Formats: sequence, structure tokens, C-alpha cells
Amino acid sequence: MSLIWIPLFPLLGTLVPLLTSRFGRNLCAFSVAVLPAASLLLTLLAAPDVLNGETLRYHAQWISSLGLDISFRMDGLSFLFCCLILGIGLLIILYARYYLSSQDSIGRFYAYLILFMTAMLGIVLSNNVIQLWMFWELTSISSFLLISFWSHKSEARKGARMALTVTGAGGLALLAGLLLIGHLVGSYQLDDILNSGDLIREHQAYPVILLLVLLGAFTKSAQFPFQFWLPHAMAAPTPVSAYLHSATMVKAGIFLMARFYPVLAGTELWFLIVSMTGLATLLFGAYMALFKHDLKGLLAFSTISHLGLITLLFGMNTKLAAVAAVFHIINHAIFKASLFMAAGIIDHESGSRDMRKLNGLWKYMPHTALLAMVAAASMAGVPLLNGFLSKEMFFAETLDQDTLGSLSWMIPVLATIGGVFSVAYSMRFIHDVFFNGEPIDLPKTPKEPPRYMKLPVEVLVFLCLLVGIFPSFAVSGILAAASSSVLNGSLPEYSLAIWHGLNLPLIMSSLAMVGGLIVYYNRRHLFQFQAQFEDQDAKYIFERWIQKLVNRCEQFMEWIDNGSLQRYIVTMMIMALIFMAGPLLDLKTTEGPRVLLDLNGVVLTGALLLCVGAVATVIWHRERLVALLMLSVVGLIVAIAFAYFSAPDLALTQLAVEIVTIILLLLALFFLPQKLPKESSPRRITRDIAIALLIGGVVGTINFAIMTRAPDTISDYYLENSKTGGGGDNVVNVILVDFRGFDTLGEITVLGIAALGIFKLIAAMRLYMPSSDERGRTWSTDQRPLILSVISQSLLPLAILVSAYIFLRGHNSPGGGFIAGLITSVAIIQQYIANGVDWVKPRISLSYQWLIAGGILVAALTGAGSWLFERPFLTSWFDHFHLPWVGDFELASAILFDLGVYLTVIGATMSILANLGQLTTSERISPEQH
Amino acid sequence: MEAVYAFCVGLLTACGIFLTLRARTFSVVIGITLLSYAVNLFLFSSGRLKLESAAVLNESGVYTDPLPQALVLTAIVIGFAMTAFVVILAMRGRADLGNDHVDGRIPAKESAMQRHRGYKS
Repeated sequence: MSLIWIPLFPLLGTLVPLLTSRFGRNLCAFSVAVLPAASLLLTLLAAPDVLNGETLRYHAQWISSLGLDISFRMDGLSFLFCCLILGIGLLIILYARYYLSSQDSIGRFYAYLILFMTAMLGIVLSNNVIQLWMFWELTSISSFLLISFWSHKSEARKGARMALTVTGAGGLALLAGLLLIGHLVGSYQLDDILNSGDLIREHQAYPVILLLVLLGAFTKSAQFPFQFWLPHAMAAPTPVSAYLHSATMVKAGIFLMARFYPVLAGTELWFLIVSMTGLATLLFGAYMALFKHDLKGLLAFSTISHLGLITLLFGMNTKLAAVAAVFHIINHAIFKASLFMAAGIIDHESGSRDMRKLNGLWKYMPHTALLAMVAAASMAGVPLLNGFLSKEMFFAETLDQDTLGSLSWMIPVLATIGGVFSVAYSMRFIHDVFFNGEPIDLPKTPKEPPRYMKLPVEVLVFLCLLVGIFPSFAVSGILAAASSSVLNGSLPEYSLAIWHGLNLPLIMSSLAMVGGLIVYYNRRHLFQFQAQFEDQDAKYIFERWIQKLVNRCEQFMEWIDNGSLQRYIVTMMIMALIFMAGPLLDLKTTEGPRVLLDLNGVVLTGALLLCVGAVATVIWHRERLVALLMLSVVGLIVAIAFAYFSAPDLALTQLAVEIVTIILLLLALFFLPQKLPKESSPRRITRDIAIALLIGGVVGTINFAIMTRAPDTISDYYLENSKTGGGGDNVVNVILVDFRGFDTLGEITVLGIAALGIFKLIAAMRLYMPSSDERGRTWSTDQRPLILSVISQSLLPLAILVSAYIFLRGHNSPGGGFIAGLITSVAIIQQYIANGVDWVKPRISLSYQWLIAGGILVAALTGAGSWLFERPFLTSWFDHFHLPWVGDFELASAILFDLGVYLTVIGATMSILANLGQLTTSERISPEQH
Repeated sequence: MEAVYAFCVGLLTACGIFLTLRARTFSVVIGITLLSYAVNLFLFSSGRLKLESAAVLNESGVYTDPLPQALVLTAIVIGFAMTAFVVILAMRGRADLGNDHVDGRIPAKESAMQRHRGYKS
């Protein structure tokens, strides 16, 4: 069966508990276990192949162009981890059924747990490193959900957040590292990367890659100095700790080091960073574990210490050390999971985890006590138990390295000291809890737990003994397979025996044993010594740092985003200036070789008027009416300029728009403050003038530089094909309705959206009409001038006729939908001005919103019509016809499109102006209606 | 002639930018209008200045570049829609916030200065 089902089954399994949790906890637990059990079965079925050294693969295309594929592979290392994840996971499912109380939502718990299981399987089975990283992040997120499962507890929330922050940040570093590796190797497939070890190690980016990948591994595996999140993650329910913090989550970092061992290991840098970090973590964890009064706290620090041990082994760069590391991964997972579960049982049955209260439990729960003692002895490294074997290998390896030169003797000495503390805290776990007098103030009288709650512990303790006594029978196959995939195929000679004769490692073990007992016996002195130190709670330090970071970010945000529009615009303008002026500095001469036009009086007069108008607008910008008049002068000169420089269409459009804009602004003046205060400081004005002149100068220079150089245009195509392809002489109009019709469709849509937005803005506006101007004079109540009214009424049909003419001729002469629409709008607006809204409303019963919609629809349907003839969207058609009396004429489908433009322009313009105009009359919508 | 044209475009830009940097909505609207004239003229001139050669096919065969014209034509209309939107937004802002400052509130320092001068908004 295909490899993909191993992670896929649990993924489907996340839904199972949500469906079955209503049918009681037994059925729920059973149904949840089915799919992981199927995955385990699949894994075991693959065992013969994998143990023979084969690698199974599954590959499916996804986004291959980005190097992203769904890709899985299973070698010995993946197989080992799959067994741990699924095997211990199944035991945890059984254990959690008894551990969680009836108030806890067991369905939600199982769903998170199975999601986490999927994520772990994804990490160990991925063949694509980006996919691996995705699952890596999924473990961070699902562990966040699991740690904060009791979300009503503040410490659970804080612990979860801390774990997520630390491991998530490490995950980002890992992503950067993996991307770099993928870039160097040219592939994100693990198969390719594992064979490119030399390439990566010899590249100059190797230190960066190593640091980034190790950051990911160290944060996940709680290595010094990132160890602080793990003790706080103990706020999680104990099944979570037993699963995540013994066999899976924290082992993901270790797995990463093992996975990339063939690629990254073997250099001095690797040795220095990895082994020294491991050594520091080993010692720190072992020492701190002794002083924790919380049972789970002790186990957490012991986990940190053992993870440090494994890291140290990987760091030593010898093949045997790597084998020992893999072996200790197995052993630690087994005894630590059982110890966590035993601690959970004690907590569950006695109501406390405080070792100062828990004493003498041997009398109350002998069976559990025996199991816990065996597991703890394995943790201490007592012979005949599995912990002894890997610890012995570890001691042997510490003796066998020389990278630190003449200081190399320190490593075995420090390792032995770590062993001493390891024995001492294991001793405390056994003696303090199960013996040492009577229990003090326990909330409950301790008793044995339910039968099946002990079963998972029994299974694991049995494995401790089995591996410890018959190592070569129990683990040699899987150890060899896993180690050989860590070492990329080359396995060293080693022997799994309990007795290697009297040698140095055995003496170190004995020293650790005796020393540990002495330390434990004299623990009161040590406790007193340790009590002198201020208790550093990582939680508070972490929260303080986070708070500081948030404050800094807020300050920074306030600094850039202070809510001042003027500030934003100044920043934007300065940036624009920098980007525009930069390239100009490289331009040698401003003036190009093109032959220029001669200056004449007409142009000079126009330019003078334009400049005067613009400057006057600025000078009188606080006298609104004057500013508006000056602005309209500028607009008119612009229109004339268009006409003068051979752009009749633009001139017509500009003229019509100018009229509409000025009417709009005049209407707006009615509601805006009559007088603008003089509020800018002289310094501000000087600064703004400087910025404005600089940008103006740069823009003018660029414009001049462009105009004095010969054009490089694509317009010849349009000029050549306008008549033959579009059926029109007016190339500008043909471009609008034919060549670039799709752009025009987009633009009229924008126009329509703007008009509708304005309609909504006006509809809910609460404005009060000023009753007088700024000098206190009331508005005139006179009727509208009769002459204007009469003339405009008789002008309306003529204006409509003109706009129809301009519309129809648009294809061949200046004109078209845009201009005709604007002319029609101006004609209608004139009726409003001359006769008032009350008079116009009953006479023109057009809904302008519908006009917009209709216009866009006509244009779009014209475009879609070409589909009927199996042509692309907006293909136009034209032909020539002959009618008696009328003569030859041309019909083009583009004119229908232009009709859409025409209608939309009328709709949008009128909707804006008529609605705004309505506000000034009794017809306005009163605020109460909204 | 091109130099004069470029000078006008530069001046319009400068005037527009100066006004958009003012603190009251109406000035900003006027500034944006000036700026859009400048931008339209600038874009138009990328087809180079030519006299009496409109892009309407005829016997002469001398035409100006029609593409910038088509672009500017729609830009004028859209520019109108955007100006209208900003104007209405300014009115709505004044209606809802009670002042016409671009930030929606008059900065504390300035309003103290205005009180001193006897300005009432």
C-alpha cells in the first residue's frame, strides 16, 4: 500500500473524535485509535523492506515549478520515528481516556492530539524540505493548542504562547536555512540534498545555513539557551507532556539534526556549536532538575538534560556517537513517556504534584510505584535497564574525541558530573515520592488508578526491561537501519552487550551512581545553597521582553503612522523626488536632438494665462471662490492646449469635464467652511514651497527631456489598422472602443463604482444648510431668473441633438461616447440650475443608477456578443450599407460599445451632481430617514 | 515651444503639490485638480507636440501619436470621478467630524492658536 496513507490516516482521524465524542468516552477513545493503528500496521508492514536498508518513496506532482511536490520517503530513521510516534501515541490515547475528567471536552483533545500526530509523521516522512517545514510549523501550532487545552488557566495560556513564540521563531530560521540549502542544491528534494553534503559543506554560505537550521532544531528541542519554554509547557495535561515532551515534539529538533547529519555534520563548526550546546544543556538540565519540587518540573528539566545528551552525541562527529544518539532517542522516549504517565497517575490519584507533600506513596499504590521506580532507574542508568546501555555508549564516546585538543579531558569529566545529577534527581523521584515518611496535606487519599490507566506504563516499562536485558534481540535491527540512514549508509562496528568488561565507561557509570547517591543524601545543603539565588521565573522575563517589544513596536508605529495626512504626503513626495531625481543625475544633457517647434505669440499668451491662473489659485487658495475661478482659467487653457497640439478629442473632453467639475466644486462650496483659517507656520510654508518647487522642477525637466527626444512609439500599428481593422478614421476613438476596448470597459466600471460610492456617501450625510454667508448676509430667496429658464429649456433639444451628432460621428471625426455623454450631462444639469430640482424631477424620470448599470451592461454584452461568432471578447465588426436618400453609411458593432460608454458617463455624472444638488433643496433626504 | 510647455507642466505640478500639502480639505481638492492637469499634460506630451496633425485619417498622412491621447481621454473622465469622490468625502467628513481638517481633527496646538486669534470653526 502507498506510503501516503501513513500520514493521511491520522489526518482523516482528526475528524473522528469530533463525530464520536457524543457516544461516550470508551467508544470515542476506541474509534480514535483505529486510524493511527492502521497507520502503525502499514508502517510495520514496511518493516522488512526498510530494515533491509531500502528506502520507500511516494511522489505526487503539486507545484513543480516552485520546487513544491507532495513527496514522502521512508528510510530507517523515518521508520524508527514512525514507530515511536504511532506506538506511544496509541498508548497515550488509552491513557488520556482515563486521565481527562468528564468536564474536559475529550473530542477536542483527541482532535488536537491526532492533528499533532499527523504533523509529526509528516516531518519524519517528508521527502521535500519545504513540505517538511510545513509540517514542522503544524507541530508548533497543534502543540500550542494542546498546551493551552485548559485555556481557563492563565499559566496554560502563557506557557502555550511562549512555546509557540520560541518554536515558531525557530521555524522561521529553519525555513530560511532550508531555502538556502534548496538554492545551493537546486532542488528541495531530500534525496538530492542528502547526496550534496560536500557541496554544502564547502560553500561559503555553510556557516549561515548551519546556524539557521540549528536555530530551528535547538528551539524545538529546548536546547540551551532556548530551554526555558519547556518547563512552562508543563501546564499542559499530562498525556500531552508524556507525548510531546518525551517522544515527539522535542525530538523533532533531534530528528532534524539526525536527518541533516549527512549534509551538515563533520565540520569543526558543527562540533563546536552542537556539542558545546548539548553539553551546556545536559549540565544545566541535570542540575536544575534536582531543585524542582514539582514532579513534572523535575521531569521537564530531566528531558532538557537528556536532549542535551543526544545533541552532544550528534555533535561529536564520530559514527559511533551517532549510533549512540539514535539508541538514546529510543531509550529516552520509552522511559520518559512512562515516567510522565506515572507522574500523571500520581497527580490524578493524590491531587498533587508537589514532592514536598508527596511522601510514602509506596503503601498506597505499590503497583504504580514499582513501575515508576523501574522507569526512573532506567533514567538514572542502572544496569539491566535500557538507559544504562545508551549511557554507557555515551560515556565511551566522550572519552574518544580530541577536537578540543588538550582540553578534551573536560568532556568526560563534565559528562560524569551530569551523570551524578541525573542519578540524584532520579533518586529523588523514587525516594521522595514513594518513601520518606508519610504524605502531607494531600487533597485526596492516594489509591491505585483504574486498571487500564496503568497498561500503557506497563507496556513501556516492559520495553525498558526487554531492551535493557536483551538489547540485540529487541533493537538491533531498527537501530542499525536508523543509524545507517543517519550515516548515509556506512555503519560502524558496535556491539550491544550488557557487559563489556571492566573498562573506563563502567567506572564512570559507577562514579556517577555513587556520586549521585552522595549528592542526594546531602541535598539539604544544596537546597539551601540554591535558595540564596533569586528565583528567576522565565515566564516573567519572557512576558517582560514581549511587553517591551510590543511597546517598541507601538512607539515605532506611532512614529510612522501618526494620523497626519500632511506628513504622509510629504514623505511620499520626498520619496518620489528621490526616485525621480536619481536617474536624472545620470542624464548628461537635458535637451535631446529632436527638432523643436518655434515659439509664437499665441502659445506665449496661453502659457502666461496658465501660469497666472495656477499661481493665483495658490495665492488665493483660502478665498475659495477666487481660487475656483482661477482654477477654471487653468482648465480652459489646458483644453485650448489640447486643441492647439492636434488633440481635438481631448480638447472636447477637457472642456466638458471642466464645466462639470466647476459646477461640482461650486456645489461643494455651499457646504464647506466659508473661510479657511491661516494656520500653517511660516516654516511649514517655506518647507512645502521648497518641496513643491523641487518636484515641479524635476517633473518639468523630465518632461522637457522626453519631448526633445525622438519618440519610440507603438502607435503606427493603430494608425495603419484603424480603418481596415476598426472601421474608423478617428484613431483615438477606435483605440478606445476597439483596440483597447477592454481597458475602456474597466474604466467605465470604475466610473460607475465611484458614482455609486458617492451616492451612498451622500445618502447618509447629515449636513445643515448654512442660512447666510460669512458676512452674515442671508441667501437670496428670489425665484430663478426667467430668461435663463426659458433659454435653457429651448436649448435642451438642441444640446441633445449636438450630443447625438458628436456621438454618431465619433468613429470618424472627433467625438464619441465620452464626449457626447458629458455634453448631454451638461445640458441636463443646465435644466437643474435654471429650473431647480423640484421642476426637473417629475420631468426627467430617469434613474441614474440604473443608467450606469445599463451602460456597463450594454458595453459588456457587446463584448460578449463576439463569442456568438466564436471570436474573442470584444472583437468588433463593421460593414458598409446603402440606403436610398441617406446614401452610403457604415455600421460598426463598436458603436454599440460606445453607446454603453455614453450611458455610463451620463449616469455617473448625473448621479453625482444631481444627488449633490438635491442636498441644497427641500428635496434633500433628511437624516431621520436613515 | 517645448521648453515653455515643460515649464507650465512643472509649475502646475509645484502648485498642485503645494496645495495638497495644506491642512484643509478644500485646498487639497483644488491641489489634486491642478496636479491632475499637470499629469494629463505630461502624459499627453509623451506623444510629442505636433501642430495640425490630429489622428483622424485623411489625405495629408501626417498624424500625431494617438495612443497617449486615448489614455489621457479616459484619464480626464476618471480624474473627474475621483475628484468628485474626494469632494464628497470631504463634505461627509465635515458632516460627521465637525471640521474640515484633513486629519479629521484639529491638532491641539493649532486650535489653541486659533482660539487666541478669535477663530471659530
